[in-house]
Amino acid sequence: MASTMPNLRDPQPIRTRKKDLPFPLNIWQSAVGRKWVMAITGIGLIGFVLAHMAGNFKLYDSPAAVHEYAETLRVLGKPILPKYWALWILRFGLIAMFGLHIAAAYSTKELSRKASDGAGFISGEKSYPGGREYAAANYASRTMRWTGPIIMLYLVFHLADLTWGYLPHTDYVYGDPFGNVTRSLGNLPVAILYVIANVALAVHIFHGAWSMFQSLGVNNPKYNQARRGIAAGLAGVILVGNLSFPILTQAGVIDADDNPCREFVDSDANTECFEDILAKEGK
Amino acid sequence: MSEQTINLTLEVWRQNGPGDGGRFETYEAKDISVDASFLEMLDLVNERLIEEDKTPVTFESDCREGICGTCSLMINGQAHGPNKGQATCQLHMRTFSDGDHITVEPWRAASFPVIKDLAVSRAAFDKIQQAGGYITVSTGSAPDANLIPVPKEAADMAMDAAACIGCGACVAACPNSAAQLFTSAKIQQFNLLPQGQAERWKRTEAMVDTMEEYFGTCTNHGECYEACPKEISLDFIAFLNRDYVKAKIKNRKLAGQKS
Repeated sequence: MASTMPNLRDPQPIRTRKKDLPFPLNIWQSAVGRKWVMAITGIGLIGFVLAHMAGNFKLYDSPAAVHEYAETLRVLGKPILPKYWALWILRFGLIAMFGLHIAAAYSTKELSRKASDGAGFISGEKSYPGGREYAAANYASRTMRWTGPIIMLYLVFHLADLTWGYLPHTDYVYGDPFGNVTRSLGNLPVAILYVIANVALAVHIFHGAWSMFQSLGVNNPKYNQARRGIAAGLAGVILVGNLSFPILTQAGVIDADDNPCREFVDSDANTECFEDILAKEGK
Repeated sequence: MSEQTINLTLEVWRQNGPGDGGRFETYEAKDISVDASFLEMLDLVNERLIEEDKTPVTFESDCREGICGTCSLMINGQAHGPNKGQATCQLHMRTFSDGDHITVEPWRAASFPVIKDLAVSRAAFDKIQQAGGYITVSTGSAPDANLIPVPKEAADMAMDAAACIGCGACVAACPNSAAQLFTSAKIQQFNLLPQGQAERWKRTEAMVDTMEEYFGTCTNHGECYEACPKEISLDFIAFLNRDYVKAKIKNRKLAGQKS
């Protein structure tokens, strides 16, 4: 008698494969390909974090230098590109990378959830009712799906804080990044938030950077020992660099009172004030 | 000469069949020789259960010398128990101390349905193998040895990959239930050798695609390597990732050669 009942002993596929799409799209169809996309976008995002941090080091230079740096970003590509164009191209690239990174992470996590379902899968972790012991998975690798969303929420806050100027505590003045940053980070709860978010970022990068080598197949037994070191170094540099801003603002090393144009709350007047200072310095 | 014995308390997962909920049951394992293997200890427990007219615990085993990949137990939350590079059958009771509580569970993953108690179906691995875990050779009399030159390094590495016994500990240990370590070993044992080149790209794509139908996605925790009784290296997973994306490009080119 032919039975139509599925045999419960047979493994059931967690998904069915669809027809292969044309070349670059078929990479996305597979989880291995998505991990590859996650690694590539991860490299781009780490690059952004490093560039952003390097730009922030201008805070240790002078308020006028920060203003000048911000203006440089706006007129990037001059005279070939009109003002803001290059910046917006970079921003769209960043948004696309974030989007792909998150989409890849979410969709592969869903597949893993399905693959572990019925195996006592509770709150994102496959569980053994009798308890289990991790031998290799570290804190960073197991919290990727928590540090990721923390960074994303922080990012929204960070943009509202210092790019859009939606938040009241900054008294946001367009064109005065030094003033905005010092007013924002001078606020203790905000500084604590920045510290927490950047610790999450460093933890995320500690596993992400090592994972990236594996996902891309960058593997040579000769250099493999260096991969953990590179990941740890990268995370360490980003941790120390990014934490220095909120901590040193709180400590008064980056001082809001150093800002010579802090009285000009109107953005045009403020910009004019900085232009005068830069002109005097002969720039 | 007196033999050293220990007494243990076992928490064993009992499940009547694939659809059953399952539960833990506690058994006392008394006077177990420290020289017994974990499976021999379970044999003794089962003999006593039979004497008491109870259903013995179902578990799988075959060669009992660590090369067949049949035994499969999650012991105290670790696949194949606490020792590195050992299958359950090679785990000896001297690893435990008198009075220990030991939890024994089957492998857990959606694609490893429990057949009964501690035995799971690993048929999903067969499906991955059937998708491309072979090479095509002409049959007939055995060819001369060393007819095809193979670099020593490639041969060594292929042998390391071929050490995989397909026990499923990698999937059991993986928080994502991913089968990357198994699949990468089964792919690379051929992809590294000249004999495997003809079907290299077809094999890589087919086996990975089949793997993804049944298993989760790798997040590079490294749990699989720690659990593996044959200590298959994580490097093979990196090779798999590299070959897969390459295969996507190469297979497209090859498809373009047709008519």
